[in-house]
Amino acid sequence: MATSASAYENDIKNLKATELTLGLPGTHLQENIPIIDQEKSSASSSSNKRPLQLPHEETSPAQDCGSKCSNIAKNTDDDAAPPPSKAKIVGWPPIRSYRKNSLQEQSEAAGGIYVKVSMDGAPYLRKIDLKIYGGYPQLLKSLENMFKLTIGEYSEKEGYKGSDYAPTYEDKDGDWMLVGDVPWDMFVTSCKRLRIMKGSEARGLGCAV
Amino acid sequence: MNYFPDEVIEHIFEYVGSHRDRNALSLVCRSWYRIERCTREKVFIGNCYSITPERLIQRFPSLKSLTLKGKPHFADFSLVPHGWGGFVYPWIEALAKGKVGLEELRLKRMVVSDESLELLSRAFPNFKSLVLVSCEEFTTDGLAAIAANCKRLRELDLQENEVDDHKGQWLSCFPDSCTSLVSLNFACLKGEINTGVLERLVARSPNLKSLRLNRSVPLDALQRIVARAPQLVDLGVGSLVHDPAMETFAKLMTTMNKCKSITSLSGFLEVTPRCLTAMYPILPKLTSLNLSYAAGIPGSDLIKLIRHCKKLQRLWIMDSIGDKGLGVVANTCKELQELRVFPSDNIGQHAAVTEKGLVAISMGCPKLHSLLYFCHQMTNAALITVAKNCPNFIRFRLAILDATKPDPDTNQPLDEGFGAIVQSCRRLRRLSLSGQLTDKVFLYIGMYAEQLEMLSIAFAGESDKGMLYVLNGCKKLRKLEIRDCPFGNTALLTDVGKYETMRSLWMSSCEVTVGACKVLAMKMPRLNVEIFNENEPADCEPDDVQKVEKMYLYRTLAGKRKDAPEYVWTL
Repeated sequence: MATSASAYENDIKNLKATELTLGLPGTHLQENIPIIDQEKSSASSSSNKRPLQLPHEETSPAQDCGSKCSNIAKNTDDDAAPPPSKAKIVGWPPIRSYRKNSLQEQSEAAGGIYVKVSMDGAPYLRKIDLKIYGGYPQLLKSLENMFKLTIGEYSEKEGYKGSDYAPTYEDKDGDWMLVGDVPWDMFVTSCKRLRIMKGSEARGLGCAV
Repeated sequence: MNYFPDEVIEHIFEYVGSHRDRNALSLVCRSWYRIERCTREKVFIGNCYSITPERLIQRFPSLKSLTLKGKPHFADFSLVPHGWGGFVYPWIEALAKGKVGLEELRLKRMVVSDESLELLSRAFPNFKSLVLVSCEEFTTDGLAAIAANCKRLRELDLQENEVDDHKGQWLSCFPDSCTSLVSLNFACLKGEINTGVLERLVARSPNLKSLRLNRSVPLDALQRIVARAPQLVDLGVGSLVHDPAMETFAKLMTTMNKCKSITSLSGFLEVTPRCLTAMYPILPKLTSLNLSYAAGIPGSDLIKLIRHCKKLQRLWIMDSIGDKGLGVVANTCKELQELRVFPSDNIGQHAAVTEKGLVAISMGCPKLHSLLYFCHQMTNAALITVAKNCPNFIRFRLAILDATKPDPDTNQPLDEGFGAIVQSCRRLRRLSLSGQLTDKVFLYIGMYAEQLEMLSIAFAGESDKGMLYVLNGCKKLRKLEIRDCPFGNTALLTDVGKYETMRSLWMSSCEVTVGACKVLAMKMPRLNVEIFNENEPADCEPDDVQKVEKMYLYRTLAGKRKDAPEYVWTL
């Protein structure tokens, strides 16, 4: 460890460099860009290729400014304005770009599509994640399990024939549609909520209009 | 040994497999050199520009397996601009012309065009194995050619490549007569595949031991596929998304119960956490588990899973497991040898793992020898403890998300901590540093890291002395990569002969000038000294005093390369 005297002298020399000057660009020298870690920058004076500033996560405001000489330089930074949000450094943390892209795609794709499901006559609603179903058959089976009923099979002509129930959904336009008419992917993106209609209303939907 | 006929020596050499040992054999005497070169079947080339393909073929006429690496390591982190090089086509072309009986090709960080895959698939009738790691430029069309034409294909292993998916039917290109597959890994492909075709392919591949699927394979197809391949040893699940109440899910659980041989599990690119219970039957036998892409599994589920994995030797996981979860790993995985903990949030907002997790691991897993650890902070005390508990480290890579963070407890640099690591781990071969570091850490490395072969440095050091400690002290150093450090011309030029004992040196955003690089290039004709000038126009001569943004130098017998892009100047 450097003797406290030389470390102190070093720090004094570099104090000027840590001064933040708020002025128009060009009115102060480039060298005054504060470099957080004074112990590193001792040798090189002017460098117009310094890396981006790296503000520490933790600033140590109230520590022994006097006793630990090597900390003097760091603490002077605390006089400056609160550190900006972490600067993004190219290539740090060192993660393969493939991995970065892959996780980014995943986080965009993730986040389930939860919609409310109401059933006529039921005391409370349920919520399901449309993302976990591969298609209509799975969705309908799941609804049948959830509400203990039989919905039956879909047919384009007759809707859900032979069943007391008809699954419907409210789409982006606010209209109530029969589940199953549009391709699954389109359904998933346009469905805002589900309603399982019962009784005469349901049978009414099956009739050709 | 001189009294033995050649055939006897040849037979003895058959038992010598490792590249280094073989290289050593070839240096003993002329006849051993001759015998060795005629019998060598596997060659490893760490830098594709260090030698020409023609020279390789001339020396090793019996070549069957070739491993090539292209771009410098820091290309992984976007530090090498596009178009730098590493083209495999000239190699394949030369091998084809030389009528080499190529059976295996393994490439890392190379540019692989569809054209080269086409040529590869047609030129070598005995071709068996293609492994591509972190490569680029090829599309599923190239894969279709491999599938269609390589009649004896055993292995197609694609790891972390950027592949353009043309949504063709490349899988369908495997002919019905192809029954030799042992390993198929297409996890990195983004497009849909025909699951029916895949199922039939698996059904007619009785030797299939390793299968890694991509995201597009849904749970029901997974169940059918695994049911057809109970002999699998390594499984990569693409997507495990399902309503666990469903019948297919129950079927999957039953199927997994029948898989007595699976010891390696990976994938889960898309997952509904509740579905993980389907995997529980195989967890107790696992020796390798890679959940580093499973961003959808919350820490609590990871912990539940890990408790079943008592035989684990290799674990790749995300930091969402937390320090507490690492404690569970430490208590459960007593056989652990390799651990990688990846950051789940690139910005690193919430403190997921810290030094505490690593200390716990070191206490519970004495067999640990390889570590890659992304964390929010590290302390000297922790590193000293880890060094004491795990003296067997071969690879130790620490990446603190805030690159220059000091020890948060003492506000000191991490010199002492890393110093303890190199002093205790006498077998250390690879080291990556981070955190606040002065020249002192390099003094320690130079003094103690006798076996060190690869060193990665970022935002560290105070003066040229740091780099010099390393160059002088580490006799076995092969690869040195440095970014954003105050190392300059003195450090670069003090011992120019050193670089011929190494594979390569990378320096970016340091204090080295163009003039110094020119001097180096002049003194060492068997080095290629490349400077990247991304900002200057191509014909503008750089000033000698100008600082070099990126420099990559490597020893070579091939001379200046002819395929360098405009921004690369070989001095």
